[in-house]
Amino acid sequence: MTAVWVIIGIVVVLIIIFIAIYNRLVGWRNQVKNAWAQIDVQLKRRYDLIPNLMETVKGYMKHERETMEAVTKARNLAQGMTSAGAGERGKAEGELSSALARLLAVVENYPDLKANQNFLALQEELTSTENKISFSRQYYNDSVLKYNNQIQMFPSNTVAGMTGFKAGEFFEVTAEEERKAPKVSFS
Amino acid sequence: MWEQIRSNQTRSAVLVAGMGVLLLLIGYLLGMVFFDNGLGGLIIAFIVWGIMSLIAFYQGDSILLGLSRARKISHDDNPRLYNIVEEMKIASGLEKVPDIYIIDDPAPNAFATGRNPDKAAVAITTGLLQKLNRDELQGVIGHEISHIKNRDVLLMAISGVLLGTIVILAWYATRLMFFGGMGRSRRSSSSGGGGQIIVLVVAIVLMILAPIMAQLIYFAISRKREYMADASSALYTRYPEGLASALEKIAASTSQLKSANQATAPMYIMNPFRKEGRAASNLTSTHPPISERIRILRSMAGASFADYEQVYQKVHGAGKGVIPASALALSHPAGLRAAGAEAVSKEPDRTERVRQTSDLMWRLGNYKTITCDCGTKLRVPPGFKEPTVRCPHCGRSNPVV
Repeated sequence: MTAVWVIIGIVVVLIIIFIAIYNRLVGWRNQVKNAWAQIDVQLKRRYDLIPNLMETVKGYMKHERETMEAVTKARNLAQGMTSAGAGERGKAEGELSSALARLLAVVENYPDLKANQNFLALQEELTSTENKISFSRQYYNDSVLKYNNQIQMFPSNTVAGMTGFKAGEFFEVTAEEERKAPKVSFS
Repeated sequence: MWEQIRSNQTRSAVLVAGMGVLLLLIGYLLGMVFFDNGLGGLIIAFIVWGIMSLIAFYQGDSILLGLSRARKISHDDNPRLYNIVEEMKIASGLEKVPDIYIIDDPAPNAFATGRNPDKAAVAITTGLLQKLNRDELQGVIGHEISHIKNRDVLLMAISGVLLGTIVILAWYATRLMFFGGMGRSRRSSSSGGGGQIIVLVVAIVLMILAPIMAQLIYFAISRKREYMADASSALYTRYPEGLASALEKIAASTSQLKSANQATAPMYIMNPFRKEGRAASNLTSTHPPISERIRILRSMAGASFADYEQVYQKVHGAGKGVIPASALALSHPAGLRAAGAEAVSKEPDRTERVRQTSDLMWRLGNYKTITCDCGTKLRVPPGFKEPTVRCPHCGRSNPVV
């Protein structure tokens, strides 16, 4: 009789552990989803800012047609890919980032534009949006890393395997400028 | 198991529990001395503590912000500051952007408050806003946001209330014992015998020592949280140099914050009471020595908690950790980023920042700003009734809008 009770006890404990691990996995996955939504918000914000920027810049930059068109093109391309996966999308957003950086670099040649209040406000918003994109990307990738670790490590990997948790995809922006930034780590 | 006890959170909990025990002791002895009954004293201590806790929990942030005469700003008042707070909110994964307050004070400093992340606020002085560039401001805001994210504000409020209660009880008890309690104790000693005298002596010693001990514990908790917040800021920004150079600028400033007091000191990023030219001894300071904080930040090989922990142990000796084991277990390699968002945009320089900040303070004071055709900025006070104002430079009269 006691053997039966011991077995029942073990089964109950196992079920409780299973539920606890499952719930924690759901928590991690939701964090990843939430982090992805944060990136999305910032990318949309950038799509919205660019037409305003073009409108402001147009009157001043007569000789930069090519640079301006590159930005508009990259923006439209990126906006058309909003339903693609993290990897694909990262490439398009990277193109947009570097096109924008090129445009803002030539602004240096237009002192009148640099004094324009409207432009200065837009520039602050754009700078901050770029930062927000990279910070939300950073948070997203951290979350994905933690989530993937949980999925691959014992014992949570057994629960994840049984209930069909899939590993998350990292969001890498593959622009040339981004790759140039030194990435040092010794841990 | 010892690994666990080394962890910071456990240590903070033990320290807070230590303060709680001190409070109970004081209450008990108070009761023994005044009513020959420890329970009565315990009840009084509990009531005082309860009232102070309730006030601190529900009114603490508004009292703190009110005392420092902080004023809330929105995005349009200072887009740069607002955006930086939003950036750090995203990097830390907080749910909500904390309220942002400005304190009109040339001493550069900042603090965070709010009992939970949904009701949080960060306050920074105009001096800080003027002195720091974007990377530095990011580092400071990252530090404050991590106080919110790590629930340090709540921890400091709990231990602050305990400290306050101990100080108040001990203060009144010693006065009562010396001026009012003598007759009573003589009367009761005839019935209680020698035991009563021992209690009295222990009580007096404790009433003197307890506030000091409580204060030291409070400082110890505060210092630990500061290191942790520095490490988090480095992780969020991936750029420890920003915070390091901000701390350097703040330390170099000679002006003292007008509106801070002893109780609110641990809330600030930098101890507002440090004395110039004298190294505060480690034991009696709310903040770790600034040079050490800067040194640790500058020696970090990466931006992760593990990197911070490594340097910290190099400074303090192996085995003396500062990051909780639970946080270290989740730590993952994090690279440093290159300096400056300025690659994308030109940062406003010092003069421009000072101008922006003073514009902001005029606006918050409900002054109207009219720009005359000659380029002069006219500040119109809120009580101004006339329909037009004359420009003192060119004599044009400008309509007051």
